[in-house]
Parts: sequence; structure tokens; C-alpha cells
Amino acid sequence: MTRPVAPPVQEDSIEPANNFEPNISRRYLIDKIFVSLTWLAVAISTAVLAALLIDVLIDGLPRFSWPFIGTDVKDAPCLRLTPPFLVTHPSEFTGAACLKWPFIMDFPSRRPEEAGLLSALIGTVYVMLLIAAIAFPVGVGAGIFLEEFATDNWWTRAIEINISNLAGVPSIIYGLLGLAAFVRFMAPVTGGRSLITGALTLSLLILPVIIVATREALRAVPDSLRQAGFALGATRWQVIWSHVLPVAMPGILTGTILGLSRAIGETAPLITIGALTFISFLPDSLQSPFTVLPIQIYNWVSRPQPAFHVNAAAGIIVLMVVLLFMNATAIFLRNKFQQKIR
Amino acid sequence: MTSEISPSPPPLTDLWRPNRQLNRWIELGVKSVFALFAFVSVATTIGIVLSLIFETFEFSQEVSLWQFLTDTKWTPLFASAQFGIFVLISATVMTSAIAITVALPLGLLSAVYLSEYAPSKLRSFLKPILEILAGVPTVVFGYFALLFVTPLLQKFIPNLQGFNALSAGLVLGVSITPLVASLSEDAIYAVPQSLRDGSYALGATKRETIISVVLPAALSGIVASLILAISRAIGETMIVTLAAGQNPRLGLNPFVPVMTMTAYIVQVSLGDTPAGSLAYKTIFAVGMTLFVITLGLNIFSYWFVRRFREKYE
Repeated sequence: MTRPVAPPVQEDSIEPANNFEPNISRRYLIDKIFVSLTWLAVAISTAVLAALLIDVLIDGLPRFSWPFIGTDVKDAPCLRLTPPFLVTHPSEFTGAACLKWPFIMDFPSRRPEEAGLLSALIGTVYVMLLIAAIAFPVGVGAGIFLEEFATDNWWTRAIEINISNLAGVPSIIYGLLGLAAFVRFMAPVTGGRSLITGALTLSLLILPVIIVATREALRAVPDSLRQAGFALGATRWQVIWSHVLPVAMPGILTGTILGLSRAIGETAPLITIGALTFISFLPDSLQSPFTVLPIQIYNWVSRPQPAFHVNAAAGIIVLMVVLLFMNATAIFLRNKFQQKIR
Repeated sequence: MTSEISPSPPPLTDLWRPNRQLNRWIELGVKSVFALFAFVSVATTIGIVLSLIFETFEFSQEVSLWQFLTDTKWTPLFASAQFGIFVLISATVMTSAIAITVALPLGLLSAVYLSEYAPSKLRSFLKPILEILAGVPTVVFGYFALLFVTPLLQKFIPNLQGFNALSAGLVLGVSITPLVASLSEDAIYAVPQSLRDGSYALGATKRETIISVVLPAALSGIVASLILAISRAIGETMIVTLAAGQNPRLGLNPFVPVMTMTAYIVQVSLGDTPAGSLAYKTIFAVGMTLFVITLGLNIFSYWFVRRFREKYE
């Protein structure tokens, strides 16, 4: 193959090609339009977030009022100043002083102005604690296994592909799994549509998030740390436990909290497993029925009366405050425990 | 200064008593327990597939696949039951299509702005805002769609009904925009600077560089983020349940109430459906359809990324 030889060029024979027009001013104009478009896209996204927040605040804030100290009334929950502190259903009038907080410390009701989200709020806290207790050890353990113990064979690769696939499965499908596996199949253990069923279902949902976060955090720990441990004769687990995990912990905790905050915003899987919406008591065991904030909000939004929509907006404010608190905790943990290993 | 002679330290062999046997057992125990934990994720997949297949098989004993695919109505709870899954699929496709029409330009342009134009201070401020938007629970977006966007749109479109696919789709689009923006931004940011420099050296403007060099180089990542967003839109539940309504209806009119696949599952779940009834089985059949569609999208995305990934050092 011979290379085509360029014809010899003579300096004076070069003529500018007639069909090439730089057209700089027009191209720069289009550039400017393009920049404005990209800027507009960001502005629209931010404006929608602002509109959402302002709309919810305007609708919901009037529903809140300050807590006050009153005397207990039949069937109105209140926080006593002496044990047993939280009284949910005072059966008799004792005249004891106790703290009341309208809406926050009321049970759901048919009358919108009396309805509150006590059971949903407590339910969310319980579910969150249970998920943390289940998903954190399992997710971190699985992450450690895949990153530190497992050799690179087809089996670990299959687990990896599987985890990335699970992240793409719609959350409502997890609800169907929970319905078939925990509500029906394991009914004697879980008690059917119960607190532990909800926690297990949501744990499976956020497990991939925690595993991925753990693996990334472990991968960021420099290998020299491990080698130093091995050189001193420590076993692999000793090295992980005493050297690697403390360094990786901030990343793992951040990932876990982000996963948790996804879990407490989830509604669909819990509706599918049949978490009830009208619960006027607090769950007292792992097997009791429960409700959570998003389900209570859904219930209020889907009612036709505008007064319930106000409750929904107020419920959304509470949910967003909880989420904000969790995200702030994640950032705080990350900053507090972040060690510079270089 | 002490005059007495300090007692000689005990010989090292007395202190150094590693219990190697114990360590070995602990090591083995920890490793097996963690391997079991890693297996939980596989068990989840197996559980999903098994429970869907089992109930769908039961369903297919009563309703033929042909009926499932060709009926033109979805009335499984009526006396004259019909099971046309495409009635639900059409609603899902419509809301998702509207959502992607919103999310693709908004997300991709935001990603370009964040990665190519925004000053680094603004970028470090805007990215967390996008992540907040991504973390807003979907029930909140549902509230927003039903009680803010629909009344707003009704001022411009008089024949828009209280429940409709349009506002559900629009808000669904906004809810998946951060996902598209964040993942596309990662892909665009990863394109090496040398490619841009080469393009500038040829006399291209910044926009020309972005459109004909940077975006094609980041194509696989952008498409992957887009497909993830589509499967998120298809599987999204609360926005469409709250704002699009509960009326199974075949067709692509975005102004009237429709019922998506996910909305049907919610509708049945809210009622008291005994296990083993036909209604109970239908939600698994619908769930199976949903699972197959999203799995197909996942596989396509996996294939596309492997096929079109550009590797730079």
C-alpha cells in the first residue's frame, strides 16, 4: 500500500477555500443561546423545588400550633410529667397536668381538625430503627465479604451483577415480594401485616444502597494500611476490624443514612404489604399493625375534603423535617469522623 | 535515680501467646456469616422471581395469556371480567413518555451547565440542591401534582380533568430530572480535558465542542442514566396513583384520568383482598409485567454501555 503523496505546495499558490466561512459572530450567538438554555434548565429545576417547598409551607404551616400544658382528657394522648410519661388513651380523668401538642400528638381521626400523626410519626421512628438494626449489619457484612474476603470468581461476579440489577427493580415489586414472602409465607413469624414485615421489606429495598456504599468506602482505604496489619501477623478479620473499618466508617454511615432516608420516604411497598392507614394506637410489639408518615400523607391527600389536604401538607412538613434531620446527621458524621489517611 | 535493680522484664515468650486456632475459627465464622449476608441479595432476587412466577402461573390457570394480551378493557373486579394488560401499559407508557420529554432536556442541559459552564463554587452549591430534589419522597411530588400543578394547568387547559396523565407525567418528569442530571453530569465530567482541547485547537467554539465531542464521548453514560430514569418512571407509584387517577382506559389522551400498572397494584392493595382470590393474583401478574419491562430495560442498558463505552486513560 502506498501512501498518497501530497502534491508539492508552493507558497504563492495557496488560495483560501471559497466554501469555508468561519462565520464567527453567528456561531458565538448560537453559543450564547445554548448557554442560556442550559442555565434555564437549572433555573427551572430549582424553581420547581422552590415552588414545591413554598406551596407545602403555605398550605401546611397554619395547621401547626405550639405545645401547651393541659389536663388529660379521655382518649386524647398527652405527655405526662411523671411516669408513665406518654399516655395514649387515658381512660379516666385524673386531672394530672400533661403536655399536649395538637396535630403532632393526636391520632388520626375522621374529623380533619382533630386528626394528627402521632401513630404515623412513632411508626416511622420504629420502622427506621428496625431497618437500621437489620439492614446495617447485613449490608455492611455483605459489602465486607465482597470487597475484602471474596476472590474474583464467577460467583462473586454474579452477586455483583445481581446487586446492580436489584437497584433497578421498582420499589412496588419489593412490596409484592414482601406480600408473598413475609405477609403470607412467614405469617407465623411476622404476624402478617406487621411492623417487622414492613421493616424487613424496606431493609431488602435499601440493602443494595448500603452494600454499594460500604464497598466504595472500603475501596477508598489505602492498601498500605492492610499490608501493615498483615505484616504484624494479624488475620484478615483482625485487620478489617481494627484498621480498615474505623477508617471506612464515615463513608459507610453516610451511605446507610442516605439509604434509610430513602426507606422512610417509601410509600408504595408498604401499601402493597397492607400497612393500615387508620391506626389509633401505637405499635407495642414487632407483630402489631402500624402506619408510617408517607402512608398517612397519602391517605390524607387522596381524600376529597380540602381540610385533609391541609393535614397532608402539614404531614409533609414533618416528613421533610425528619429527612432534613437525617441528612444533616449524615453530613455531621462524615465531617466528625473523617480522618485524613494519606 | 534508683539504686535497686529493676526486675528484668518477663521473657517475650510468656506474653506472646497467639491463639492461632481460635483466630482461625473466628476468621472462618466471620467469613461464612458475611458470605451468607452477601447471599441475601441473591435470595432477594430469587424471592422476587419465584413469588411473581408462582402467582402469575396461578393467574394463567384462570385467564389465558391471549386474553391478557388482547382484551381491550381492564375490569378484573367486575362480573364480566376483562384483563387487557395493554390498557394499563398504555397509561404507564403515556405518563413515562411525558416524564422523559420533561426530564431529558432539563436533566441533560442541567448536566452540561453544571459540568461545563458553572463556576466551581456554584457547582458545589447546585449539586446538593439536585440531590435534595432527588431525595424528596414521591408522595410529596404526588401532593404537588394533584393540588398545585393540576389546578395551575386547568387555568390554561379548561377541559383538563381533576385527575389526568398530563400533570402526573410532568411532575414525574421533574422527579426524575435530578437522576438524569446527576448521572449524566458524572459521565460528562469524566470526559478527559484533552478531547476538549483538541476540539478547541481545531477552532470549534465551546458549544460545538460540547455537542460534537463531549456529549458523544459521554454517550454510554448518558444513555445509561436515561434508561435508569425511564425504568424509574415506569415503576414509580405514588405520583401516578395520586394525580393520574384510577380509571383504566385504553388510549393516549393525557387530559383524562387513566390507571397505570402501579396504580392498579395500589388500588387492589388498599382494599381487603384475600390471598388466593383472582384480584390477589392479578396484582402479581401486573407486577410480573412491570418486572419484565424494567428487566428488559436494564439488560438493554447493560448491553448498550458495554457496546458503546469509550475508554480513556
